[in-house]
Amino acid sequence: MDRTLLIALASFSAVTLAGCAAMRTGADEAAIRAKAIDAMKTSFKEKGQAKLDRLNQDETQALCSQYAGKELPKDVAATIEKSNLASIRYPQDGKLVGDWKRGERIAQDGRGFQYSDDPKGPVGANCYACHQLTKQEISFGTMGPSLYNFGKLRGYTDEMRRYAWGKVYNSQAYSACTNMPRFGHAKILNEQQMRDVVALLMDPASPVNQ
Amino acid sequence: MITMLRAALAATAVALGGMLASPATYAQAGSAADEIEKYRQALQDGNPAELWEARGEDLWKKPGGPKNASLERCDLGRGPGVVKGAYAELPKFFADAGRVMDLETRLVWCRVNLQGMTEADARRSPFGSPERKSDNEALTAWITSESKGVAMAVSLDHPKMREAYDVGRAIFFFRGGPHDFACSTCHSEDGKRIRLQDLPNLTVKSGAQRGYTTWPAYRVSQGELRTFQWRLNDCFRQQRFPEIEFGSPASIALTTFLAYNANGAPFAAPAIKR
Repeated sequence: MDRTLLIALASFSAVTLAGCAAMRTGADEAAIRAKAIDAMKTSFKEKGQAKLDRLNQDETQALCSQYAGKELPKDVAATIEKSNLASIRYPQDGKLVGDWKRGERIAQDGRGFQYSDDPKGPVGANCYACHQLTKQEISFGTMGPSLYNFGKLRGYTDEMRRYAWGKVYNSQAYSACTNMPRFGHAKILNEQQMRDVVALLMDPASPVNQ
Repeated sequence: MITMLRAALAATAVALGGMLASPATYAQAGSAADEIEKYRQALQDGNPAELWEARGEDLWKKPGGPKNASLERCDLGRGPGVVKGAYAELPKFFADAGRVMDLETRLVWCRVNLQGMTEADARRSPFGSPERKSDNEALTAWITSESKGVAMAVSLDHPKMREAYDVGRAIFFFRGGPHDFACSTCHSEDGKRIRLQDLPNLTVKSGAQRGYTTWPAYRVSQGELRTFQWRLNDCFRQQRFPEIEFGSPASIALTTFLAYNANGAPFAAPAIKR
């Protein structure tokens, strides 16, 4: 048989098979996700401040769940980043930097939003759970990159302060499906707490930058 | 004896915690991790879980409930009364109940059907406290101890098991709540930790084996033996989700996903953890 034809036929079958497999898997996976959501709706009960509406995903959560464990397509990543970037609000008075000492306490505090937590607060950001921040605190996690010398390495510029604010406010705007919570967007931190955490990262006097 | 042991363990934990928290300590994270490893090693001598196991064996053999029957005819999947190696094959589809069950839901089923308890009574206080010990924790401690060293062998041959596995996998990757957390947020990468606590990667065989086969465990910090249902319950609390109900379909699906991923590893619990 003609060698070119053979190759053409072989590639055609491979592509067709791959296509069918992908389509079938896609439909199957959607059905399984629907079953999983049904199972979850009957398996959880509200407790304290944690109501059942926490099981309702927004678009970002749904897409990041769907593509978890595989490569995130570029167009999906772009969609996620675009909508999350549009959600970022900067303070009306333009003041982005607060008190790094209060920021450090927020970074240490893992409380807030669990059903076992007091709904009246306090609420922390638990930055140390995932990031190195200062030389003094050796009990830090490694889920996220080290933020030691964050401002010192990047420069104490207006642009960097706005970036730090945006990243803490809604990290999905810069890195689709990152593990990091959207502290401002989800109203985990209030505006003053946001400023204090930005100060921890961007104040030249902060231990992060020593 | 247990009080003394707990006091000694708590003292070690405090000493270690103090050392780590001191701002004057400029030790590198590596040496802190070494110290934690020493602490973990020190914990392995004498596990108070044995007290739960002894009580669980009594509860299994002693007649009880409205029917004044023991649990000795309870079928954990390998035939009525067979306890040895049973946990290494769970969760499993049970034809008599018509659904997939893990050990803890199967125990509820047996206490209802053999001992005549109401479903509500059989489900009451699955997780104990110093004031109120849990029968579920004691029974689970004993039954799981009878699978120590047995290779995990969960089968997905039954279509309902296959479905539970797939659904469990989807729940594992489900992101939600104010913090966008899923199980996978903390448990899908190698070599990561929260603060100084190592996190197993439950999506790969070695991590799932390490994570799954070391539950139930005696938790030093709580002075209680905790089961796998408890482990899931407390993970979802930290995920900022509502409370997952004991023995619920989602909890069994997730357990199926994790138990199957641990297949091949020798079961190693009840263990002891911080």
